[in-house]
Amino acid sequence: MTELTLAQGRVDRDRLLRLLQEYGVYAGVAALLVFNFAFTDHFVSAENFRTQAVQVAPVLIVALGMALAIGTEGVDLSVGSVMALSTSLLSLYLGYGPWAAVLVPVAGGILIGLANGTLVAHLGVQPIVATLALMVAARGLALVLLPQLKDVRDPGMTALGSGDVLGVPYLVLIAVALALLVAFVVRRTTFGRQLLAIGDSRPAARLAGLPVRRVLIVVYACSGALAAVAGVLATARLTASDPTSLGTLMELSAITAVVVGGTPLSGGRVRIGGTVAGAVLIQLLTTTLVKHDLPPSWTQMAQAVVIVGAVYAARERGKR
Amino acid sequence: MTTETTEADMQPDAVPKVTDEDPGPSRADRFSALAQQHGALVTLLMAMVVASLSFDTFLTGDNLENMALSSAFLAVVALGMTFVIVTGGIDLSVGSLFALGGVVAAWGSQYGSAVALLLPLAVCGLIGLVNGLLIARSGLAPFIVTLAAMLGARGILLAITDEGSRTYLVDKDSFLATLGQGSLLGIGVPVWITVTLFVLGAVVLRRTRFGQYVYAVGGNEDAAALMGAPVARTKIAVYAVSGLCAGLAGALNAAWLLSGVTILGSGMELEAIAAVVIGGTLLSGGFGFVSGSLVGVLLLKVIQNVINQIGSLDSAYQQVVSGAFLAVVVVAQTWLGRRRRVL
Repeated sequence: MTELTLAQGRVDRDRLLRLLQEYGVYAGVAALLVFNFAFTDHFVSAENFRTQAVQVAPVLIVALGMALAIGTEGVDLSVGSVMALSTSLLSLYLGYGPWAAVLVPVAGGILIGLANGTLVAHLGVQPIVATLALMVAARGLALVLLPQLKDVRDPGMTALGSGDVLGVPYLVLIAVALALLVAFVVRRTTFGRQLLAIGDSRPAARLAGLPVRRVLIVVYACSGALAAVAGVLATARLTASDPTSLGTLMELSAITAVVVGGTPLSGGRVRIGGTVAGAVLIQLLTTTLVKHDLPPSWTQMAQAVVIVGAVYAARERGKR
Repeated sequence: MTTETTEADMQPDAVPKVTDEDPGPSRADRFSALAQQHGALVTLLMAMVVASLSFDTFLTGDNLENMALSSAFLAVVALGMTFVIVTGGIDLSVGSLFALGGVVAAWGSQYGSAVALLLPLAVCGLIGLVNGLLIARSGLAPFIVTLAAMLGARGILLAITDEGSRTYLVDKDSFLATLGQGSLLGIGVPVWITVTLFVLGAVVLRRTRFGQYVYAVGGNEDAAALMGAPVARTKIAVYAVSGLCAGLAGALNAAWLLSGVTILGSGMELEAIAAVVIGGTLLSGGFGFVSGSLVGVLLLKVIQNVINQIGSLDSAYQQVVSGAFLAVVVVAQTWLGRRRRVL
């Protein structure tokens, strides 16, 4: 009898946790929005929304690639360094025209991603170590190519960084387009299905005859490419290349956005909508604390609490 | 599930080839085991020979002492990390805890050296304990819990230093300063402390029941639980140990620098993990040894030193080389490890 009631209570708690995992991030964004509408001065203005959105864009783009990596039960720690490499390459190739300035960095990101993917897929190295090695190496490479901060003076880049269409900045448009693209790939393509199957169980995927290695390599290459795009956009917005500090701790923000968005670390599931909301949530949290004159240290502690809360909510599902 | 796999793995052994005598492990297998255990040491010795032949300034007392001192703090952090990685976990919070430990020690030094030493141990040990509780009792992924702790600890650090603008100083004549700056028989006190801790760590991991539990949990958690090993308690303990080590290293570093520098420790978790992995400890857990981690730290520092000695090379090359080196080591490890699995 007692056991039965206990079991009943457990089911309810499971359901509550699952609801929290599924929709908690949207509820969090809504709550923060309501709070800011009510209590924050100068929050409701087109200018402010634009600033917030522009700040979210690079994080979101990196988080999309991270979501794919996490979906395969991996992780990509090299994204921040890829952003740095991308900004260095952009500076170096700016003289060869706008296409070279964008394509060369993206190619660089893909190369780093391919290296990650090869280590993970063909050599069987754990993703966390493989991408850690590339994280160190890519940051070094970025600094070798461009030892110090350099201004980027180029009309095309300035337009990319601060231009807009009907009041919506290019950065935001690109981020939204990429989010839609990744969501489509995950939900509607064979590649997306294969990716999720690998995340669910790599041995099972292999036995089912899926091209496990190829899919893994493509996933890390995508993550590298997206991080490189984020690097290009961040450079265009800041109108400067700073390989020393661009993208530091970006891997943490991206992982936070993905995890808070309800994508389990155990793989097999990717939630792009949640990832977008997760990135927005972190940005709103930071803004809220800053606008209410709370020091940056609070932001970090709040972020820590949010991460633990999100993983705790996801834990029942993740354990299985 | 896991038990089945183990049985399946053991099947080939259960049906031994009928031969007159047990052939034992083949030469190739023995070589791979040796390479995994001593590869880092051999590489270190080779690197040192090459470095001392190439640079007159390498094998001088000053240079060696500098390298030993700068290795000491990272080594203590890597020691704690070794315990965590042997259980199959990971601790990303050590860099922040290292910085926090230093600041807390410098702040506490105004109340005497005992406070300055015990306070960072208490604070960082407590954070490590919380990490362990969340990981072992709630079953959260170590990676993400310690990531949150990394952010949280950095936040606490900023909060107690007026957002990083305040640097607490350590009195030059205090006992704490002697601990950081003094030397015994020509070797810095932090180096002695580090060596002592490594001997202690090796004994604990190899010769105590707790050490055996650490290996058992890392080897196969379910099997360890069935065997009656206190899995949760062991896990909690290793994260607490890692926190304690990071806090102590931070305190010693503050004693050496005579101040609690707030910007230290970022990226240190990665260096520590790299050192442990280079030292032969498997990230999948169940296999590893503390002496390897010490060798790993020394190897990283020698590489760093050599690159500094080549004046013409940018220090950025250091990162490229370290990263490439880490990748090579990990690939080798994975191959050797796979051999051992197949065995």
